[in-house]
Amino acid sequence: MRFAVIVFPGSNCDADMYYAVQDQLQAEVTYVPHTATQLNDIDAVLIPGGFSYGDYLRTGAIARFAPIMPAIIDFANNGGLVLGVCNGFQILTEAGLLPGALHENKDLAFICKDVQLTVANPNTPFSNRFEKDEVITLPVAHGEGNYYCDAETLAQLEANHQIVFRYQDNPNGSVADIAGICNERGNVLGMMPHPERAVEAILGNTDGQRLLSSLLQ
Amino acid sequence: MYLAKIYVTYKPSILDPKGESIKAALHRMDYSQVENVTMGKYFELQLAADTKDVDAVVKALCDQLLVNVNMETYRYEIEEVEMA
Amino acid sequence: MIESTMTEPTAKEIQATKLYQSWGMTTEEYTRACRLLDRLPNYTETGLFAVMWSEHCSYKNSKPVLKQFPTTGPQVLQGPGEGAGIVDIGDGQAVVFKAESHNHPSAVEPYEGAATGVGGIIRDIFSMGAQPIAILDSLRFGELNDPRTKYLVSEVVKGIADYGNCIGIPTVGGETTFDASYTANPLVNAMCVGILNQADMQVGQARGEENSIIYVGAKTGRDGIHGATFASEEFSDDNESDRSAVQVGDPFMEKLLMDACLEVIRQHQAALVGIQDMGAAGLVSSSAEMASKAGTGMILNLDQVPTREPNMTPYEMMLSESQERMLLCVRKGYEQEIFDVFAKYELDAVKIGYVTESKQYQLYHQGHLVTDVPVTALVDDAPVYEREKTLPAHLQNPTTTQFQPEIQDFAETVYQLLGQATIASKRAIYETYDSQVKTNTVVKPGGDAAALRIRGTRKALAMTMDGNARYLYLDPKVGGAIAVSEAARNIVATGGQPLAITDCLNFGNPEKPDHFYELAEAAAGMSAACEMLKTPVISGNVSLYNETNGEAIYPTPVVGMVGLIEDLEHITTIDFKKADDLVYVIGQTKDDFNGSEIQKLQAGAISGKLFPFDLAYEQDIQATVLAAIKTGLIQSAHDVSKGGLMTALLESCFAAKTELGLELTWQHPFAWLFAETQSRFVVTVDPKQRLAFEAQVKQAELIGHVSRGTKVTIAGDSQTATIDLPKAKGIFEGSLPCLLK
Repeated sequence: MRFAVIVFPGSNCDADMYYAVQDQLQAEVTYVPHTATQLNDIDAVLIPGGFSYGDYLRTGAIARFAPIMPAIIDFANNGGLVLGVCNGFQILTEAGLLPGALHENKDLAFICKDVQLTVANPNTPFSNRFEKDEVITLPVAHGEGNYYCDAETLAQLEANHQIVFRYQDNPNGSVADIAGICNERGNVLGMMPHPERAVEAILGNTDGQRLLSSLLQ
Repeated sequence: MYLAKIYVTYKPSILDPKGESIKAALHRMDYSQVENVTMGKYFELQLAADTKDVDAVVKALCDQLLVNVNMETYRYEIEEVEMA
Repeated sequence: MIESTMTEPTAKEIQATKLYQSWGMTTEEYTRACRLLDRLPNYTETGLFAVMWSEHCSYKNSKPVLKQFPTTGPQVLQGPGEGAGIVDIGDGQAVVFKAESHNHPSAVEPYEGAATGVGGIIRDIFSMGAQPIAILDSLRFGELNDPRTKYLVSEVVKGIADYGNCIGIPTVGGETTFDASYTANPLVNAMCVGILNQADMQVGQARGEENSIIYVGAKTGRDGIHGATFASEEFSDDNESDRSAVQVGDPFMEKLLMDACLEVIRQHQAALVGIQDMGAAGLVSSSAEMASKAGTGMILNLDQVPTREPNMTPYEMMLSESQERMLLCVRKGYEQEIFDVFAKYELDAVKIGYVTESKQYQLYHQGHLVTDVPVTALVDDAPVYEREKTLPAHLQNPTTTQFQPEIQDFAETVYQLLGQATIASKRAIYETYDSQVKTNTVVKPGGDAAALRIRGTRKALAMTMDGNARYLYLDPKVGGAIAVSEAARNIVATGGQPLAITDCLNFGNPEKPDHFYELAEAAAGMSAACEMLKTPVISGNVSLYNETNGEAIYPTPVVGMVGLIEDLEHITTIDFKKADDLVYVIGQTKDDFNGSEIQKLQAGAISGKLFPFDLAYEQDIQATVLAAIKTGLIQSAHDVSKGGLMTALLESCFAAKTELGLELTWQHPFAWLFAETQSRFVVTVDPKQRLAFEAQVKQAELIGHVSRGTKVTIAGDSQTATIDLPKAKGIFEGSLPCLLK
């Protein structure tokens, strides 16, 4: 299985994602720059965290127009696995691959800490190593992770089991405690917590390793 | 040339934490008459004088980039101005 | 012929009107510049002298003091004088670090001041060829009962967070304390640590006739002009309007600049001769220093400088402190390959001049030679002042007895102490910093030192920033020695061998003899500790004139220290691990209260003669603790500092991952639990290792054991006390968010 880590100007968790896949999953991984227009021989696309293009307009808003994005959208529409973490989640919503939007945390401050998540849907390619309602711990690190969607969209998310992870103790004001959602087909996941930061015992936590290794199944 | 002034704010249904925080500060300063504060973004775009259907262009670029229509709303004014 | 533009005052007018004085230059200094040139300097030249001879650039007041610092050692690859110091950590790698103050800009515009402080120190690190891996910060504010202070805290913290979080370098540690002396003059000191492959080591030199001087990064605007001079002046209400010299930072631009510069350094070694950050005093300082270090001259054509605003004068271009800019010296003929790298990152890279053998510093603007001065005159010929020292009034007749705390209800005193802003948890601050990006942070903020693993090795780096100015206020020399020792204690408690220090010397006006006394004595004390602990000073900066309306801050040297953890197994944290582990204090406890948190809490202010401090004993205790950690005898270790033993013990309870309390037996007066006697650690030991531990560590006093539950009980000869941990933790965690509201 071959992973791609997409690198935008301002991505800063790209290396973390790369090392997590290479050293912990021991899978093949390659960086794909924002200027590329194709995804050749790729089985899963990882969009890492960071501040793409400085995030000066809105998080993810400018990255969505990067040359690589049409290829990612095609890849997703053909059923390819796409995981967006943090800024990656923000880019996926801006690009319309996931519904809703992410805006400023309710307390207006960046927040970096471990949070507990409930696995709401273990039947996705990203969560199949977890049990339903299992509580896992992952770090968050974001200033704009407050998920918003309208009531109709939320009802659809619930009905289709698209809410994959929920916060136990909502840190940012997200609607329905949403920490991560997938698309209707289940092949695109966006989440604010960082699984790639929780893949080694030395860093204190390996729940992220279980999440990422779900993709290998 | 044209000058487009674009005002972007959160939709009314979205909590605007910055606006709320400013309102709370104003109330602490005894401006209790302030009932609501909305904080948004303001853009000025200069467009070439030969732009065709400038209104449609501005609307399109707002919808595509400047505004996230999921949570934001906008209005704009277009003026004809002398070259800077 | 050296020309002035039409609108600028002529050289004669400058002499007559003493315009230079408004740029912080004295008449003696102006006369010195005239003598060096053998003519009157024009407007641009006078400006260059004023800024290059400011304290910030020339260290003219502090040089005699800095000379006493030990700066060498077998581990030191680069001492002071370059962008940052470099220390060998084996395997062809080195650690690069430096701390810098950004006090004056932060007092004026706290958000941008703090953000650009972080940006500047990061550039110093990557300009040496190192990959920045961590940021630390040391902050000093007034008491939190003042709305302006609350505003300063939140803006400074946001500035640091936004810059570090965006660029993707973890902010892993530091300290924040509060004392009234910083009300009008907060301190913002930032430190950056990087890892270098020794093969990539760079210097900021402009060698080789006709080699090109290339400007890269952000465009030059009128921001921050005379920032270095501004950092060398006192504040007063009279010059409020001069406080406009603050720059705006762009971390996104800096990330591109960092990535591009590191690519040049690693992949274009044949092309690159030297590289330097454009920091304080911008283009003039970086270019003149590069020439000075190489013993060369330089010709710059200012028409090539990328500008953000029209009609900038040579004076403005040379003195601008616009951020996110670097200066490169590139071998002649290799320019295009450098331009190509920067083009990939969509950054400006422009040849603005070349190296000459003439040793003259020559600037052309619109075809005219507007500056022609010897490089050495600007960089090396600044005056050096031997300032007068007198014992400050408050040190002349200090109370020699130690303050004695009044304790009616012991538990109540503990709760009060935990709620003090300086003692309380700084979680509300450090959780706004991304401390984990790059996934190397093994020990996160909230403990003694942070620890970051070195990927691909078994090694890690411990790092800290520390300095208790209250002790210096009572005794600058002993306090200076304690500042270094306490930083080392943080490193040792985490399992590291201290390597070297960087420092920010934040003091008052050196032209006032009592403040210069504090600076000189503090440096003497620091030097003694550096010698004893074998941690030379490898970089740092000096921030003087920290006064507002004549009131100076406490003498505040801040020590940034890095230590090497030889094996990840040695990493030790402050949290108690399991019930029944034995609790020891290593190092003697005495009735040392002057300058302590309990004195401030109960008496309202610190006073009296500082308690004694024995450097040899300190060194012995540190060596003992590190040896015990490396032998595998220690479960948890915590340095005893502000708030004394009681605070240290409770912090270890609060940090525990499960519900753990303590059962203590205390043979001394209970008040001594608040004493701030130095040279102490709290450690826990598995009962199975008791004999081995006690055989190896003679200076340890057994004071109890870790228990299951939510209480700390203390039994003494004639007294008992019980602390309710959930209540104590609630105060410890809740105090700062509440005070900041």
